[in-house]
Amino acid sequence: MELDFDIIELPDSDHPTTGDTAPDFTRPLVTDDYWEDVSLSSLLDDDPLLLVCYPMDGAFPATYIWNELRDRDFEGSYQLSIVGLSISTPYEHTTFIEERGIDAPLFSDPGNEVAEQYDIANDLDGMTGIAEPRPAVFLIDTDQTVQYAWVAGEWPAFPPYDQLEDALATHCEMKPLGQ
Amino acid sequence: MPMSDTDDTTPITLYRLQACPFCERVVRKLSAYDLPYTSRFVEPMHSDRNAVKRISGARTVPAIVDENTGVTMSESGNIVEYLDKTYGGAD
Repeated sequence: MELDFDIIELPDSDHPTTGDTAPDFTRPLVTDDYWEDVSLSSLLDDDPLLLVCYPMDGAFPATYIWNELRDRDFEGSYQLSIVGLSISTPYEHTTFIEERGIDAPLFSDPGNEVAEQYDIANDLDGMTGIAEPRPAVFLIDTDQTVQYAWVAGEWPAFPPYDQLEDALATHCEMKPLGQ
Repeated sequence: MPMSDTDDTTPITLYRLQACPFCERVVRKLSAYDLPYTSRFVEPMHSDRNAVKRISGARTVPAIVDENTGVTMSESGNIVEYLDKTYGGAD
């Protein structure tokens, strides 16, 4: 996005980076069927996991990010799973999944503690009392090590999808052709 | 039903709707017998509860799946009776 003015810069963050252990957490994980408490670590049994932290359901970046991820279909090319995380409630996630045709399950964290745990909390100007994760993506290996991390340094910001795809190509196995 | 790990029972899966009194009735019974369980919350809209329909054949909650006995059942009265008989000691 090219703009002829400066956008908001976010302060430095001590978020997990490559080689760090991704902090574990348990939150309701919402699918189009139901939600139940699920831990991050329990999702790492088989394949690397892409954790996508995104602005609350209904904000346009949420739609843009998930549209882009759907168009790129990383799961069609690479052995990995994708999950989302926002502060929206399970009910909002259910609607978002249905209306936007999202394939990924979504963690619900209205208290924003996961973002605090990851040091990516973003206090929203003009919405007193509401904070959410900065846009961020973490590629987490099956041993819970972060292999790639991108965290927004300004607001608004969108994941660098090409760079992310390079990271997936480096760290994830290709799916066999024809699947 | 005997399991490979005799010390442990597989958590019972409870399909529930938030604030549904019939579901809370089952929760109270599960708690009373100190049974491990996992909660799967479904949608208020009856027509959207396909997950429940798949496991039990009906869209009503509560419904439980107890892998320890191979039992899947709906309707809180039935479930409470089942839990009493299976885990309540004396009949």
